[in-house]
Amino acid sequence: MEFFLIKLVLVLIVFLVSLGVAAYSTYAERKIAAFLQDRVGPDRAGPFGILQPLADGLKMFMKEEIIPTHADKFLFILGPCIMMMTASMTGVIIPWGHGLEINGTFYPVQITDINIGILYVFGVVSIGVYGIMIGGWASNNKYSLMGAIRASSQMISYELAMGMAIIALIMTTGTLSVREIVEQQHGIHWNIFTQPLGVIIFIICAFAECNRTPFDLPECETELVGGYHTEYSSMKLGFYLFAEYINMFISSAIISSLYFGGYNFPFIDQLGLSPNMLSMLGTLIFFGKIFFFIFFFMWVRWTIPRFRYDQLMHLGWRVMIPLAIVNILGTGVYVLFKNGQLHF
Amino acid sequence: MNSTTNEIIKEKEYTTLNLGPTHPATHGIFQNVMKMDGELIVEAEPTIGYIHRAFEKLAERRPFSQITPITDRMNYCSSPINNMGWHMTAEKLAGIEIPKRVQYLRVIIMELSRIADHIICNSVIGVDSGAMTGFLYVFQWREDIYEIFEELCGARLTTNIGRIGGLERDFSQKAWLKIERLLKDLPGGLKEFENLLVRNRIFMDRTIKCGPISADRALAYGFTGPNLRAAGVDYDVRVMNPYSSYQDFDFIVPIGTNGDTYDRFMVRENEMWQSMSIIKQAMEKLDRLDDKTSFHAEVPEYFLPEKDEVYNTMEGLIWHFKIIMGETQMPKGEVYHSVEGGNGELGFYLVSDGGRTPYRLHFRRPCFIYYQAYPEMVKGAFLSDAILTMSSMNVIAGELDA
Repeated sequence: MEFFLIKLVLVLIVFLVSLGVAAYSTYAERKIAAFLQDRVGPDRAGPFGILQPLADGLKMFMKEEIIPTHADKFLFILGPCIMMMTASMTGVIIPWGHGLEINGTFYPVQITDINIGILYVFGVVSIGVYGIMIGGWASNNKYSLMGAIRASSQMISYELAMGMAIIALIMTTGTLSVREIVEQQHGIHWNIFTQPLGVIIFIICAFAECNRTPFDLPECETELVGGYHTEYSSMKLGFYLFAEYINMFISSAIISSLYFGGYNFPFIDQLGLSPNMLSMLGTLIFFGKIFFFIFFFMWVRWTIPRFRYDQLMHLGWRVMIPLAIVNILGTGVYVLFKNGQLHF
Repeated sequence: MNSTTNEIIKEKEYTTLNLGPTHPATHGIFQNVMKMDGELIVEAEPTIGYIHRAFEKLAERRPFSQITPITDRMNYCSSPINNMGWHMTAEKLAGIEIPKRVQYLRVIIMELSRIADHIICNSVIGVDSGAMTGFLYVFQWREDIYEIFEELCGARLTTNIGRIGGLERDFSQKAWLKIERLLKDLPGGLKEFENLLVRNRIFMDRTIKCGPISADRALAYGFTGPNLRAAGVDYDVRVMNPYSSYQDFDFIVPIGTNGDTYDRFMVRENEMWQSMSIIKQAMEKLDRLDDKTSFHAEVPEYFLPEKDEVYNTMEGLIWHFKIIMGETQMPKGEVYHSVEGGNGELGFYLVSDGGRTPYRLHFRRPCFIYYQAYPEMVKGAFLSDAILTMSSMNVIAGELDA
């Protein structure tokens, strides 16, 4: 019973935190865009516009809900639901911190540690494509359909390279559990040092998976009006936009846990703090890393133009995948060498 | 193919995509009906006339001085050039000699508006390729240029600047200060914008070989201006047929080689630097002129007298009345005058039968000509290319439809 209660609380906290971070990512995006473009950004709602996400959310709720007559009503509603659901499901396996020891019991700050955690993330993210595809198809609009086709082909192509980058990572770590991968990176033994190429491939693919610039073709406003969500209004549009920000948050969390040590930080043993203190500090540092990557996502978005469809496919299939294969081979040689099975 | 197989020949089906009339990328109201094979364009069919306002017919009913506001609304990104072009046409018909100082002042105004026009076009190429930031960087300088226009004539976008016979007033001290400040600040801002895009790998991949047109085809269509120069033909009205004393200035006519979007972008980018140098030269020349005050030719029949004269002299009152009521007669004749507009050769073909209004006035609008080549330029290209081609040709709906 107690176990369920704790898990329930944890689920609620993780869900609310991802919603909160996603909401404030929209604010951060606008403020960072303003900073990069010499503007002020939103500053009307509350001090420094801090209440802007609430105002936006309220606006989304109050808007008239329009379902086009030619749209398939059921699928039209299903699209954003799938998108939102898959976005909030991925947070489950992320270890937010080492864990707290209270009265002799150890409570890990993670909803569940599945031993195939990474595969779970991939599975759930792949379902996310259906949200876009169904939404774009059900809208019965050519622009939506084109956006949906772009989104699905892009996400499927980049998932391959992403998976291959992960294979190389698993070869060095020997586990699929995200918690174990993070634990192995104790101190400064981060995976970025053993997988430099893998990090680059993984981050680029994460950009493509999140549909962020330079891979924001599915919704590029100058070509496809609004892309797959052209016909959406009110909170269903809000769900699509919101899911994108949750995805960005989760991607940042996964990048930092897989390659940048998660809640580990240098000189963790030399500080001489109690394990609980270290754990809490680790969580803070983990969030710091996540926010850095969210900032990175935004920084890139407001700096460079986007690719064309064929260039995107070219990059995915003819650059990223061969690079990922080379990375796997290189990692194989490295692992053999490390285990002493390879002699020069 | 084995002839015994029983095959069903099915004709390939294409999607028809309506790009416009209200699409975020068309920057104005015009429609393209595109036959699409997935992302590829098989055929494009442009439709025009969504904001046709019958300017040429309107001009037949208006006195000469009242045609200036019409020209504002053609290429509204660089309306001062349109205004000046029209004034020069009317002056050519009436045989008015314009003082050197006024000609140089006009050159300054025209080059400022050329910079404003190119700023819009180039930054919008950035926006359409997904780089929003550069757009906001350079729009600040466009704002500064509009502030100068505001100082010169009171208006910003549809300027209605100048009059037949000169300018309505001299440059104020504040205007000179603003121009000097712009010349000081703009190079830095433009450099920043160029750093963002010119050697950006993604931007180059997107724009090089995107919507190209050969010099032959461009000439056959009647291209002029930056779009023709990007294709490699060094035709510039300012050099070929100088007006308003452009022959006194020393500047380079930048040309491209492939006539693609990148070349058009770079030609415009370089023209902005040349325009800055022309403005500097004009300011130096003005300093060396003995004439420090004239801002119009002495033509009382066309140029509105000062208010003081109107109230205190009979001739002033008569001229004022005649000009305001549009009762001044223009000489009989037929003239063609063209200026290098922001977009290309902006021509005015004017036939006058000696009455108070033109008998016929035709505007040679470069956008109208560019848009005819559009289907050929985007055939077989991607949808994204089509958008970039359109924005790099700088097709302005107001000028297209007139």
